[in-house]
Amino acid sequence: MSALPHGQPPRVAFPPNWPARLGMVVLVLYVAYASTILDLTWNRFVVGLQQGGKFLARMFPPDFAHDKVSLLLIGMTESLQIAIVATVIGIFLSLPLGLAAARNLAPRPLAWTARALIAVFRSLHPIIVAILFVKAVGFGALAGILALIVASLGFLSKLVAESVEEMSMKPVEAVRATGSRLLSVITMSVLPQVIPRFIGFAAYQLDSNLRNSALVGIVGGGGIGATLFTAFQRFDYDFVLTIVLAIIAIVMVGEIVSGWMRRMFQ
Amino acid sequence: MTPAGTVARPRQWQRFSLPERIMRSAFYLLVIIAVVWSLRTIEIIPEFLYDAPQQTGDLFARMWPIDWSWYPKVVHRALMETLHTATLGTILAVILAGLVSLMVARNITRSVVLNAVGRFILVATRSVHTMVWALFFVALFGPGALAGLLAIAVHSIGFTGKFLAEAIEEAKPGPIEALVAAGASPLAILIKGYWPQVKPAFLAIATFRWDINVRESAVLGLVGGGGLGMALDTALNNLYWDQVGLVLVVIFAVVIVTEIVTAWIRNRII
Repeated sequence: MSALPHGQPPRVAFPPNWPARLGMVVLVLYVAYASTILDLTWNRFVVGLQQGGKFLARMFPPDFAHDKVSLLLIGMTESLQIAIVATVIGIFLSLPLGLAAARNLAPRPLAWTARALIAVFRSLHPIIVAILFVKAVGFGALAGILALIVASLGFLSKLVAESVEEMSMKPVEAVRATGSRLLSVITMSVLPQVIPRFIGFAAYQLDSNLRNSALVGIVGGGGIGATLFTAFQRFDYDFVLTIVLAIIAIVMVGEIVSGWMRRMFQ
Repeated sequence: MTPAGTVARPRQWQRFSLPERIMRSAFYLLVIIAVVWSLRTIEIIPEFLYDAPQQTGDLFARMWPIDWSWYPKVVHRALMETLHTATLGTILAVILAGLVSLMVARNITRSVVLNAVGRFILVATRSVHTMVWALFFVALFGPGALAGLLAIAVHSIGFTGKFLAEAIEEAKPGPIEALVAAGASPLAILIKGYWPQVKPAFLAIATFRWDINVRESAVLGLVGGGGLGMALDTALNNLYWDQVGLVLVVIFAVVIVTEIVTAWIRNRII
């Protein structure tokens, strides 16, 4: 029975994976090191959790008093408006920018310029863009709208450029062969291929703008974020809970609507 | 009746059925109404717009020249804090999301109730923005990296857990059945049956999320989450625009570098 050849160790079903074990050790060491750098102590965590109890007690029940609800509605309406306007303008601007960035249609220098612009838009966090726009155009909804337009442009143009690069060039050649102008080539051969996917992206962007419009208010961009931040600073935690619940609700409604939009157009 | 009776009108080809067309028209109408309503009622103060070009010029004039001497004093430390916050936050998020995704995956947890609870956790953590989580945790633990780290970790659970659960559900049943047949314990099935199949997706999700988290943690300090955002907030409040410029340049550089690093990891490892 014991037919194992001499000199060869028996095969182990799952041999120990030393690189992986070493990786785990390095990871644990890193976590320990980074925790000391960040001054994370267990004690602080426990104290925080005890405070959490008090905090939660002050948050419940959420505040639905009359004046608070009207504040909430004003903020929410503004956020909704910011999201809608920013998404629509973002959609209209992202089509030309995305087409300009597509390497199979646009001349090379134009494509690279557009790509660089998109990369800059994508790497700037909406909050930072909002700070700059608050300085440029003052506090209020306009700064929020402009910041979210930049965010939408970064996301949508990149996807438009990618889907234009992936599309079939045959219709483009066919339309070009008829001697059409550039605009006709775009409307008759490029857009019909790109639009169905684009609507899905646009729905997602509306969703994302809705979330972010709750955010730009923290730095002065208007909307529910401003209401939320003020409530936090006033230690008005029961109202904070109301606002957060309202944000979750509206984000979920937005997700349902955008899912519905995607199904309708695909 | 025409004598031939067969010469009917040419058949009309339509891409959409009548209800579909009605739905689409209703949708377009709804979009137009929403846009018009938003544009007409939103509060924009036109006086602020007139001097926007000057203000923008002023902004950049104040930022230039950038105050590089501030980097070794404050910004370097803040940068390290941001990177560690993002990394530790991602590690914690991956651990928590791993547990939740086991609960959500229908081939692991065969309880509809537990699946639904897990799904609720994923949706709820994702719906609340990192900044809002940070506001919460700052109220709990005081300003600092701990609050930022927890905000990053909790917000990432939703995203990471969703994709992890999908990866687990897509795992092939063959190796699992083989392990079950060999009498392996549930833990062994997880480690030797599911983990090797989920690992590539897991690494891809973790690096992708880390990339996002570096961006997020760079601004968390604006609400007290520590790191570069804190330096930015200080500079903004002091109206030291040359320092603001420095922090913005550093954030921009960090974002570009993480993008390159994650692209490299994706190409090399995954």
